[in-house]
Amino acid sequence: MQSFARLLDQLATTPSRNRKLVLLSHYLTSTPDPDRGYALAALTDGLGLSIPLRRILPDLIAGSIDPDLYRMSRDYVGDTAETVSLLWQPRAARHPGPIRSTRLADVVDAFTAADQKQVPLLLAALLDDLDISGRFALLKLIGGAPRVGVSARLAKTALAEAYGTPVADIEEIWHALDRPYLALFDWLEGRGPRPDPGRRPVFRPMMLAHPVEAEDWPGLAPASLLAEWKWDGIRVQASARAGEMRLFSRTGDDISAAFPEIASAFLGRDCIADGELLVMRDGVVAPFNDLQQRLNRRTVSLRMLRDYPAHVRLYDLLELDGEDLRPLPFEERRRRLEDWHARAAPALTDVSPLVPFAAFADLEALWSGARAAGIEGLMLKERASPYLGGRPKGHWWKWKRSAQTLDCVLMYAQRGSGKRSSFYSDYTFGLWRQAPAAAEAREPAAAGELVPVGKAYSGFTDAELRELDKFIRNNTTDRFGPVRAVRPALVLEVAFDALQRSSRHKSGLAMRFPRIARIRWDKPAAEADTLEAAVKLLPEGA
Amino acid sequence: MWCAAGGFHIDPHRPVDRAIITHGHADHARAGHRAVLATPETIAIMKERYGAACAGSFDAVAYGETRRIGDATVRLVPAGHILGSAQIVIEHAGRRAVVSGDYKRASDPTCAPFEVVRCDVFITEATFGLPVFRHEPADREARRLIASIAAEPHRTHLLGVYGLGKCQRMIALLRAEGYDAPIHLHGALVGLTRLYTDLGHDLGDVRPVSATKPREPGGNLAGGLVLCPPSAIADRWARRFADPVTVFASGWMRVRGRVRQRGVELPLVVSDHADWPELLATIAETGAQDVWVTHGREDALVHQLSLTGRGARALALVGFEDEGE
Repeated sequence: MQSFARLLDQLATTPSRNRKLVLLSHYLTSTPDPDRGYALAALTDGLGLSIPLRRILPDLIAGSIDPDLYRMSRDYVGDTAETVSLLWQPRAARHPGPIRSTRLADVVDAFTAADQKQVPLLLAALLDDLDISGRFALLKLIGGAPRVGVSARLAKTALAEAYGTPVADIEEIWHALDRPYLALFDWLEGRGPRPDPGRRPVFRPMMLAHPVEAEDWPGLAPASLLAEWKWDGIRVQASARAGEMRLFSRTGDDISAAFPEIASAFLGRDCIADGELLVMRDGVVAPFNDLQQRLNRRTVSLRMLRDYPAHVRLYDLLELDGEDLRPLPFEERRRRLEDWHARAAPALTDVSPLVPFAAFADLEALWSGARAAGIEGLMLKERASPYLGGRPKGHWWKWKRSAQTLDCVLMYAQRGSGKRSSFYSDYTFGLWRQAPAAAEAREPAAAGELVPVGKAYSGFTDAELRELDKFIRNNTTDRFGPVRAVRPALVLEVAFDALQRSSRHKSGLAMRFPRIARIRWDKPAAEADTLEAAVKLLPEGA
Repeated sequence: MWCAAGGFHIDPHRPVDRAIITHGHADHARAGHRAVLATPETIAIMKERYGAACAGSFDAVAYGETRRIGDATVRLVPAGHILGSAQIVIEHAGRRAVVSGDYKRASDPTCAPFEVVRCDVFITEATFGLPVFRHEPADREARRLIASIAAEPHRTHLLGVYGLGKCQRMIALLRAEGYDAPIHLHGALVGLTRLYTDLGHDLGDVRPVSATKPREPGGNLAGGLVLCPPSAIADRWARRFADPVTVFASGWMRVRGRVRQRGVELPLVVSDHADWPELLATIAETGAQDVWVTHGREDALVHQLSLTGRGARALALVGFEDEGE
């Protein structure tokens, strides 16, 4: 437990992705089986112990600390597991506990074997044997997925890098593996064959598109391409086999539990399909914001199911009735998809229609007429392309609407992290609720009111970052910890993919993928855009 | 804080006629008093910080010496907080009160250890007055820093510290653990560190960062250790160093939220204030039946004392926040 605890501590304070990978790789190659497998499970899909810590911990700690002191401590620390790890006082004369070891495997075995009544006693005995970091790690380990700044994808990437294996090869079999992944490590360390997923639903690494750049156009022939809309949801893969079904995100995370209606629509099928997950009402795609309400949930209420109904718009078919379709040309796979869907469509799905065209100009004309919510751009796919995991060049292209822009005023700046920790690199910007009168243009703050509309931390060069940093330090009006309020005097031209309504922001608006397009040192702040101008950019129906 | 029997203030924020100063930190020792009574070390620190004429007159009182002031007898006793820090022991009409100032019980090679004085009234700080605060052994934390420096030879370790006390204690701890490479100091830490050396504390090879030019070979101090005020870590000044590892040595580093908030990569739980067990042990050892809790998290400590049947009250003294501790 102590080396796992040390790993969690280090991951929590290491800002750099590369260093996190090094820490994880080192842990996974230097820790013996089966402990490393349980650690890997904890960092990816969880250990699945489902121990009701929220109920057990307050009772357990009540025996050793006054309730008011516990409450004050909990309020200060902000996290129950951390508070308990700090407050726990090992009992001098230990009860003859049911376990004498704090190896991860023994801990997992003990909790798996324990019945509900034994769990608190077991937990107390383990807490007695650990130090502060160890107690924290234990509680995070058995309490579900420890949020330590590591995604499941990063953990798998670390594993791939540690053994010089493509991460796709691990992702393909991942969901057919069981904790503590002994067969996986045997294969990676050359002691055994690559685990066979058998008849379990697995993830196939997804095929991704390249943005089409100006220099790409001459090489593209309309006759060899098929076009379809790029829908504004999240890419998913529905994988169903032998009475089991999994819905995977683009990075191979299992999100089935959050979308039970999609899971049941595919249950009993034998297929792997690629599509876009959307919230759809009466055949109309809802804004991305609606879909966001349903993401990152472990369970979903009936009310969420009713208010934000999910739907999958299918793009591709990778496998059907045991046949791997990936080597086939896209055009052929597409035909199979349409045939299958016409014959036996799963509920809550449709097929993303092809957009017929003869010349790219036709597409542009169609596109400019389609300012509806839900369309993020166009996809161009070579008719002859097989389905290749990753982002292969020369097969699929995404043609996004050229970004929209607004001239916003810099309001707050926050220090970055890691290499940017001495720079103010995260910018919150706003729009005028009412345009300040021209006469007051010199000191606009006195006249108009700015409302924040977004935050961006990319789109500028290192040289521009230094200039922005200097401006912020010289124009600070107030400080709140790592944040500075800035005199409203600098206009940032902010580019974004789409604007949507949002109840979370005071302005009622939120931007998708905002980034700094240009720094308008030349433009007076009073001439920045108004909220009214922004509202006109909302897609129809939003 | 005002003592009527003696006619003096303790650690006043405004200029007064007669002040007794517990220790040299800026929120306790201020310039402009007519007469200052303190330990010789505290007076030296005040003169270093505010100039030789920062008070009308100075009365240097060594630990253990007594002074008659008005109707009271006053004695200074080591508080173990920083060099020169003192508890003020006041006796009047057969009763004894002790003003702790800031204190700790953990060992510190740069100052005299805390001495328990039995008393009727104990006036204690409560900076870390919550049961979650339990500091780590400082020598262990120093070894963690040394190990991290060894493991990252291409990066500069940037240790944010309070300029008075913590800075010199950390250097002394590192030296005691065998770290003998040069230690580089931000300009703001140079004067007080020299004062420690002048007063006989050997801190080894300590040199200002400015002694190395940024553009000369090794000017980014990769593999080295730099001490600076916490605010300098986020300052433009820090950009010359090689991909810095930010280190902060403070009792606040016990709580993960504080570590995240400051963006600290290597948190060291080292403090010059008493942690919760030390606060409770010290109060018990003084035998005081009446405890006044001054600054910090008074609520929890007062609550705890009331559970053990001691008279306790919170004195809401303002202006003694210790964020940079």
